[in-house]
Amino acid sequence: MTPSQAAGSAAADPDGLEDRLRRFATIWSRAIFPVTATSLTRPEFEQHLLPLARQLSDALHTRPFDTAPAHRVGAALVGAHCTDPDALSRTLGVIDAYLVLYCGTDQEPAEDSRARCARLQHALAAGYAQALRERTLTEQEAIARSALAARSDAMDALHATETRFRAVFEGAAIGIGIADLEGNVLEVNDTLTRMFGGLEHHVRGRKVNEWAHPEDQPQTWGLYDELVRGEREHYRVEKPFYRNDGTVLWTNLTVSLLRDPEGRPQYQLALMEDTTERRLLNLRLRYEATHDALTGLPNRTLFFERLEKALAAGEGARFGLCYLDLDGFKAINDSLGHSAGDRLLVEIADRLQSCATAAGEMVARLGGDEFVALTTGPDTQREVGDLAARILAVLAAPVMLDGREISVRGSIGIVEGPAGERTSAEVLRSADITMYRAKSAGGNRFELADPEADARAITRHGLTTALPAALERGEFFIEYQPLVHLCDGSVHGAEALVRWCHPQHGVLGPDRFIPLAEHTGLIVPLGRWVLQEAVRQARFWHEEAALGGTARPLRINVNLSPTQLHHPGLVADTVDVLERSGLEPGALCLEVTESALIGADEDLLKPLRQLAEMGVDIALDDFGTGYSNLANLRRLPVSVLKLDRSFTQGMQQHPADPVDIKIVEGIVSLAHSLELAVTVEGVETGAQAEQLRELGCDTAQGWYYARPGPPDRLHALSLLDAV
Amino acid sequence: MERPAWAPPGIDISVPSVSRIYDYYLGGSHNFEVDREAARRAMQFMPGLPKIMQANRAFMRRAVNFAVSEGITQFLDIGSGIPTFGNVHEVALRATPQARVVYVDHDPVAVAHSQAVLQGNDNAGIVGADLRKPVEILNSPETVRILDLERPVVLLLVAVLHFLEDSDDPKRAVTELRDALAPGSLLVLTHASYEGIPVPKEQAGGAVGVYEDIRNPLVMRSREEIQQFFDGFTMIEPGLVSMPDWRPDTPAAQEDPYAFSGFAGVGRKG
Repeated sequence: MTPSQAAGSAAADPDGLEDRLRRFATIWSRAIFPVTATSLTRPEFEQHLLPLARQLSDALHTRPFDTAPAHRVGAALVGAHCTDPDALSRTLGVIDAYLVLYCGTDQEPAEDSRARCARLQHALAAGYAQALRERTLTEQEAIARSALAARSDAMDALHATETRFRAVFEGAAIGIGIADLEGNVLEVNDTLTRMFGGLEHHVRGRKVNEWAHPEDQPQTWGLYDELVRGEREHYRVEKPFYRNDGTVLWTNLTVSLLRDPEGRPQYQLALMEDTTERRLLNLRLRYEATHDALTGLPNRTLFFERLEKALAAGEGARFGLCYLDLDGFKAINDSLGHSAGDRLLVEIADRLQSCATAAGEMVARLGGDEFVALTTGPDTQREVGDLAARILAVLAAPVMLDGREISVRGSIGIVEGPAGERTSAEVLRSADITMYRAKSAGGNRFELADPEADARAITRHGLTTALPAALERGEFFIEYQPLVHLCDGSVHGAEALVRWCHPQHGVLGPDRFIPLAEHTGLIVPLGRWVLQEAVRQARFWHEEAALGGTARPLRINVNLSPTQLHHPGLVADTVDVLERSGLEPGALCLEVTESALIGADEDLLKPLRQLAEMGVDIALDDFGTGYSNLANLRRLPVSVLKLDRSFTQGMQQHPADPVDIKIVEGIVSLAHSLELAVTVEGVETGAQAEQLRELGCDTAQGWYYARPGPPDRLHALSLLDAV
Repeated sequence: MERPAWAPPGIDISVPSVSRIYDYYLGGSHNFEVDREAARRAMQFMPGLPKIMQANRAFMRRAVNFAVSEGITQFLDIGSGIPTFGNVHEVALRATPQARVVYVDHDPVAVAHSQAVLQGNDNAGIVGADLRKPVEILNSPETVRILDLERPVVLLLVAVLHFLEDSDDPKRAVTELRDALAPGSLLVLTHASYEGIPVPKEQAGGAVGVYEDIRNPLVMRSREEIQQFFDGFTMIEPGLVSMPDWRPDTPAAQEDPYAFSGFAGVGRKG
């Protein structure tokens, strides 16, 4: 807004042109302000109109007459957002009524002024119309361009979206397929195609309901029907399919219904996860859980499942069970090593497998060298015996291991009977007991279960688990069997023999539980307890002997098991026990079996040597039963040989077996030349005793002198002896 | 299936747009026949509708000038529509060359048009985003580039909140925006209401029905409800009033009766 040069001076004149112009603008503004869209205030708008009014006024007077300014004023109105056509008509009305009135001069004829005013109005209308038309076109073009740009942006974005969708679809790790409601497969992704075997035409163009599989869950197709009818939004099932090569594809299948914008069912979307591998893995895990890793035979778990099934079978069903334990497997394992032992077990397992090929028959490995063969059906009474015989027959052929022929024997306990009477645990216990009977009878045989024998039998398992508590509860006690000088019949000492006073089974001998204690390691605390007790007893005898003036104090013999022999605390424990009791080491004799020392190296002999150097006697027990390397005797820190009872049995009758006499004579001669004393076991008759005394044996023990008994009985014997 | 968040909205110019209808009310030609048709139908019930829009414009102009006089030169105008004349950046730039303005609209055509208008203007920008998702507005590159949210900002919600239904939770949107603004920031707000409309409510309801027909429901709220949008703000005198009554430049009595429809107010964040 640039006020004209004259404005300042003219404003002073209340009736001057400037004032009249201002009043014209006010009228004009009042007329059109209500129909404008301007954001100016009324005073601002009026201010805005003032120069336009001046242009009109000037045009009215200017010579030569020119309507162009009015044309520009029309355009300026549009520029001031007076785009409502009412603004034009009201403007024309104001000009018509007031322009000449307020801006006319007396110098011009009124008619001239009116004519000019009319022409100015025509020009203003034309200018307004032209500007409005241009503005409208410009804005229409602008908005159209914007709409186009927005649509193009949207298309780009949509394209990007589709690209992303496509990437998700194609790159998904799960199979995706879309079908119409008739089941026609419209689209599948690569993953799905690959899952089906890689041929797209095998999947696309097929119908969904061609994919029925015999192993479909019963509800699968009902759910499908509900979905395509629009009654269900989605469902999830585990579903197998045939691949194009005929193999089975297992999937977790999720099907969703896709609806159109109006909510009508349109497509079905399937998402498939390939679970074939997982199923296989589950099957394999199940196999591993039920099979023995070494031999591949069914394991204890699977065996018990089958046994229980057999025992639960209905009327008339019977079962037969062979419980096999290999004879002497531990010795094979110890001498040839575990690896060879394992290979032996694998070979045995293969042979056993070949014995039980009929329907209803199975072989399982329970653990270690224990196997079971199960037969079921109506005729197991006959079959189970045949099965046991077949097993013993296949074991008869030697097994080749590292170029050696190993003979394998086994003991079999057979349990046979009708289903439905006993639990699997009872059946197995009976079979275990029966197997032990077969083993006790010399092995390489089978025995049939006998209820009476079962009742008497004590399972190894029961004893093994009871052992630790028995030691804590003090159920063990020691009996002493005298050792007698053969030369004069005087008591030399005694062998301590441990007993178990079992609460149910009464007194048990060491042969019943020492192997079990050996196996579990309980032998170490048990052996230490025996040593303590025996040494304490010996010390007591020594004190009594000193009081009573007995010439020779009694010696004490204590057995050492192989495990004790290997135990690192042997020497320290023994020294500790001796020191605590105050017994001289020379009064103690530790008995070690010959077999425990077979192949013994210097490390194993070292503790024995230390004990011997302290003065403890070491006796080689059961001499002559093992693989006796006579040359080796020199090397061992032993001072006593205890001849096995088998040598003396031939001397019980009269006359004595000359061969036995020769052998014993030879051994005694050899022992004495190595400065070893000789003790004989199992002396039962006077003739025997006399014979052995003549052969030069030093000491003896056996029923002829005394059975093992409580310590006071031995004391009495000893006193008697002294008299 | 629900449209993923990153899928763009469609463009359909056969559907009327409130921004273009607004432009038509203001005498512009940035509109199509569908827009004009809807506007004419609404005006059958409320012939003075354009006056309401004009009053909005006038109020916004006064509020912007007030903000500048208070030393605030950053503006976040949500629901800015089709930029024609008398826009925030025009008003603000006239008041101070330091003015920085971010426009926000969810109408893609309005966004595209704003981009064209604002091209080459470093201190003003347009964000295509929805008031229902304030985080998208606040985190958009344009907002981050143009505004310094550590300093006070004028948040303009002029004639926009009445397009959010209660299920859109407009209160939460305003609260989220408020929490993102620095203390001293101003909220400039106008909102449609049956209060102050110079025609019977039933008649005004006819115009509201037109908006419902074009799937842009107009939610008329009471003064009390509108006042709640200012929770956490201290009202600037004269508080929540009719648009012409807010710090008028000229006597409010001269205004068209329609200009008194609805409410306007400015609040300052403490």
